[in-house]
Amino acid sequence: MSSTSEALVLEQFALRQQERWPVRWRRNLWRFITTKPLGAFGAAIVILFLLMAIAPQLFYTQNPNPSPNPILERLQGPSAAHWFGTDQFGRDVYSRIVYGARTSIIIGFLVVFVSAAIASVVGTVSGYFGGWLDMILQRVVDVGIALPGLIFIILVVTTLTNFPPAFIADPMHLSPSGKVVFRIAVALGFLVAFGSSRVIRGAAISAKQNMYVEAARVVGATDARIIAKHIFPNVFAVVLVSASIQIGGAILTESALSFLGYGVQPPTPSWGRMLNEAREQLTRHPHLAIFPGLAIFLAVYSFNMLGDALRDVLDPRLRGSR
Amino acid sequence: MQRYIARRLLLMIPTLLGVTFVVFIMVRAVPGDVIDQILGDFGAGDVATKAALRKEYSLDGNVVTQYVRWLGHLARFDLGKSIISDRTVASELKTRLPVTLELSFLAIIFSMVVAIPVGILSAIRQDSLADYVGRSFAISLLAVPGFWVGLMLITLAGRYFTWGVPPKNYINFTDNPIGNIRMLSVPAMILGAGLSGGVMRFTRSAMLEVLRQDYVRTAWSKGLRERVIITRHVMRNALIPVVTVVGLQLPILVGGTVIIETVYSIPGMGRYYVSSVNQLDYPVIQAINIIVALVVVFANLGVDLLYSVLDPRIRYS
Repeated sequence: MSSTSEALVLEQFALRQQERWPVRWRRNLWRFITTKPLGAFGAAIVILFLLMAIAPQLFYTQNPNPSPNPILERLQGPSAAHWFGTDQFGRDVYSRIVYGARTSIIIGFLVVFVSAAIASVVGTVSGYFGGWLDMILQRVVDVGIALPGLIFIILVVTTLTNFPPAFIADPMHLSPSGKVVFRIAVALGFLVAFGSSRVIRGAAISAKQNMYVEAARVVGATDARIIAKHIFPNVFAVVLVSASIQIGGAILTESALSFLGYGVQPPTPSWGRMLNEAREQLTRHPHLAIFPGLAIFLAVYSFNMLGDALRDVLDPRLRGSR
Repeated sequence: MQRYIARRLLLMIPTLLGVTFVVFIMVRAVPGDVIDQILGDFGAGDVATKAALRKEYSLDGNVVTQYVRWLGHLARFDLGKSIISDRTVASELKTRLPVTLELSFLAIIFSMVVAIPVGILSAIRQDSLADYVGRSFAISLLAVPGFWVGLMLITLAGRYFTWGVPPKNYINFTDNPIGNIRMLSVPAMILGAGLSGGVMRFTRSAMLEVLRQDYVRTAWSKGLRERVIITRHVMRNALIPVVTVVGLQLPILVGGTVIIETVYSIPGMGRYYVSSVNQLDYPVIQAINIIVALVVVFANLGVDLLYSVLDPRIRYS
């Protein structure tokens, strides 16, 4: 009986999906903009940064890494030719910020991808099966949570210089800087995964209590099927919401690492690195620090705003009081 | 309850072993040899001296032997000697640890004073102007890189104001308590601002969740005043999870002290850690790592125990 009712629900769902979906989509979008203006604002800025990362040629005004460096134009304040001024090598700060978006965005998304992949598998499996498997997995997670974050990342970045190995790095044509980006992203992704796997485990445990899970088991569904069809859809909102907030955190951590000198290597533009380089010129040329800092701030701010709004919309416990 | 605490304390042992072992292996995987570094160019060929130094700093034998030996020393509260300074790690940390603790403490106080009221206001006036302003403010605090604010403040302070300029030398608390707190207050505020964004958001969502409960609706229907409902019915329940978030943010705080101490040249544990990693001072890295891991593990336990005090429905067995 339960399989027929499951089929019925699925059928209705499918019907609703194909029925006038562009209309529904547009209406939902409009409702999102009107009820969550801050979230919509965040989404707009996020899209802008995504465009910068994908197609910087649409935005930049000068070559961010000219060769040779136009050293005669160095350390100029903002002007019509150089909107955000020039740095100690005469490079255009605005164009370097545009190119820096790529570093930040790649790290942000890669971190979330790694963390969501690991955390969903570990969290769901641990929560669903329980017992000794849960016990062992959770002790490993304990270790991960007790690892001091930034300290661990600094260690990873300085130690694992052979990571990623050639068979991963070569097909992707990673430059040395690209390898560092990859290393930071994987390390940070792992670290973030520990915490979020705990949250996902909690969601999986509560999803497991549902009657329909028991019903599915009675009709002979395998564990794999139950996890895929009944547990994971319940957990997915949690994954999505925490992901959008983690992107902001990842961008911030990358900039802190680059600021401390452990991030991507020159001449690849990175906002944190630009701040680090600005330190020596700071008292006389504050524009070198103001603009990269604002870029970090704006990126993290908009990802968080979007994440907050998504949480309000997707988390059933917080949905619709009015 | 006692059995629960005992079990939790026992479970800490594998966790701490795991954390220390991971770090132990990792520091030794860093390319470069600290012994070569301290010997310099002239002593590099001197095999006998090298072996003697290795023995002196317990760097002989394979990683597992070294680790077991390190654990043995640790059990006797011996953190070893710094390879770079040749002083005991304990004496190196004796001056630095209190500085970081004070900084963190001030930061937590600051973050809670700002975050909790704004979070509550934001929730009880959801989707109003106050909510938008409060949330934008919270996320701004979360999004702004602390080191950037520090840099800008130092620069601007040097130009335009008389306050906020970090003094040339660190003022000890014992020498001049007021001067010391004044000096640390700006970096502590920057550090606390980063924390408060998270606490504020969490306060808001916890409050919202409780505001939807049936008993709150009942309280409204009874005609209770808003003030009573918010303080007696909502806040008491909503603020429990907030306690956990404050506790769980300790690891973030540790990362924050590393950066802010570097920016403000504060002689704390965080800045010492960065220089120790750069110089491969293994015993110091390991010592700081285990101190931080202990703080995190005990904070987690403390949070869980505090839960049961604040919410009598939660009973551990």
